[in-house]
Amino acid sequence: MATGTASLDISILDRESTGPALTPRQLIWRRFRKHRMALLGMIGFGLLLLFVIVGSILVPVKEANAVDLQGRLSPPSALHWMGTDSTGRDIFARIIHGGQISLVVGMLAVFLSVSAGTLIGGLAAYYGGWVDSLLMRFTEAMLSIPSLFLLIVLGKFIGRDIDTITIFGQSFNGSIGIVIFVIGFTSWMFLARIVRANVLSLRELDYISVSKSLGASDMRIFFRHLIPNTMGAIIVSTTLGLAGAILSEAYVSFLGLGIQPPTASWGNMLTAAQTFIQKGSWWMWIFPSSFIIFTILCINLVGDGLRDAFDPRSTRHL
Amino acid sequence: MWSYITRRTVQALFTLLIITVLCFLLTRFSGDPLAQYAANPRMSAEDKAALRERLGLNQPLPIQYFKWLGLALQGDLGQSFFSKQPVSEMIAQRLPNTLILMFTTEIVTVSIALVLGILSAVKQYSATDNIITSFSFVGYSIPIFFSALGLMLIFAVQFKEWGLPYLPTGAAVWDKKDPVEYIKNLILPVSALVIVQTAGYSRFVRSSMLEVLGLDYVRTARAKGLTSKVVLYKHALRNAALPLVTLVGLDIPFLLGGAIVTESVYSWPGMGRLFWEYAQRSDYPVVLGVLLIVSTAVVVFTIITDVLYTFVDPRIRLS
Repeated sequence: MATGTASLDISILDRESTGPALTPRQLIWRRFRKHRMALLGMIGFGLLLLFVIVGSILVPVKEANAVDLQGRLSPPSALHWMGTDSTGRDIFARIIHGGQISLVVGMLAVFLSVSAGTLIGGLAAYYGGWVDSLLMRFTEAMLSIPSLFLLIVLGKFIGRDIDTITIFGQSFNGSIGIVIFVIGFTSWMFLARIVRANVLSLRELDYISVSKSLGASDMRIFFRHLIPNTMGAIIVSTTLGLAGAILSEAYVSFLGLGIQPPTASWGNMLTAAQTFIQKGSWWMWIFPSSFIIFTILCINLVGDGLRDAFDPRSTRHL
Repeated sequence: MWSYITRRTVQALFTLLIITVLCFLLTRFSGDPLAQYAANPRMSAEDKAALRERLGLNQPLPIQYFKWLGLALQGDLGQSFFSKQPVSEMIAQRLPNTLILMFTTEIVTVSIALVLGILSAVKQYSATDNIITSFSFVGYSIPIFFSALGLMLIFAVQFKEWGLPYLPTGAAVWDKKDPVEYIKNLILPVSALVIVQTAGYSRFVRSSMLEVLGLDYVRTARAKGLTSKVVLYKHALRNAALPLVTLVGLDIPFLLGGAIVTESVYSWPGMGRLFWEYAQRSDYPVVLGVLLIVSTAVVVFTIITDVLYTFVDPRIRLS
């Protein structure tokens, strides 16, 4: 009989609601879609990816690294759309290949930092006690050292004379791996704190004690029940973290401790611009910076939209 | 209150201890300080061993750490390998320049952000608000080297070319006889930092102002017949500006990091540039000293911010 009443209730609900029930994912997507700026950001970022991918197929790496001392420091022209740098390399080609490096470095670094942040924050909250105290003091200590200082020390720490590595038939400077590790290692702290706070409150909920009493292992509870419920925070932090990682790469490379030339990155293209801007070579400055700003802007817009979409209290876009 | 401050201080001391270990390990491995002599034909292997011995580099790491910590607690941060000067003296020389840069930036940023934030909150969804919001979105995405190099290009390089009065980009040394020159040198680095900082602050002021303006007590004040100016500045702003205290406190690490880039672009003789220059040479006493000072400053500022916040906002209950 009980099942009969239940199905009756559902049929009433069905008749009264305007459409089929939405899964959380559909709800979030619906909220995100209403956020016009976020959609714009997503389109912008998509175009950027397209530009970098199609560009690197059309313009070979050789062109980005070809030195032409006769034509050095020439302003934008029909031959060199964005001018040339201090050794006569074509800035347009370097923007494409540098962009590839900057984006890949950003994404891998974020993957590293999100994994570390989730794991450290989650473990601290789940186990509590001295594990929690120790991990959180460590997190606090890392947060107290300004990240650019950490980046510089770590960049030096692992050294920069590392062999070139070959991935997908393309050889890359070994500094890329270091930069990814260093950025990942210095940016997990905020997420760790958020995940810890979330897990701390989730841990007390009934469904966790139920799965515990059903004999679920720690691993299962952690990865199947606790982490999926903090996914909102993790996704938002991944997006905003990507912007941060791309910026960090630009900062360390700008200071000469990141990606090493001849491999281009948007950051190290600006290192030389610093010297030559005194002589008025504006194109060396404006093009790489504009691409960095455009990328960061798009990602931030998407992140903002996602934050609103995941926040159940925010109703202004519904 | 006092128990809260004591507990925070004890916690902070523990954090600081971890920071010293972290910094020590990181800098100690950040490259061999003697690597610069590798290609020097006049340095024999014995000379290098002797130098290593003299600098204490061949002792076990824990002993080196405790020796360093013991001396650091007494204010002795060791001696630079390159300049042979005491590190604490070098930092003391550079610190005022960084502090001046930071405080000027912070004051200018907060003032501009308050004006912009209030303006766009009061005229929410108007053209003014939309323009300010768009600009702050772009400003939020600007890296410091963009604004630093851009301002340099326009106001130093191009203005000079066009025969206009241009601003200096060189390093400034404080000179009692010529304070104007120092201030002139300060304009570009401060503006570069302000451009980047203001965006986030004004968005923050806007949203906290909007939140406060929707509260009952503001409506009550309006209902009493007070002028909108009084309601805005005497009632709303006071509460809306409170969280700024936290924001400024939390921004210290960012400002110090930003100072590295700004100082290196404008050759401003501050602590950030000191750090960067000596990090490149693996001069680890200097690097370690700066790291220690900077992170201690961050820890101390965080506590001060928290305590200050409970003073200015009695609604906050300590837990």
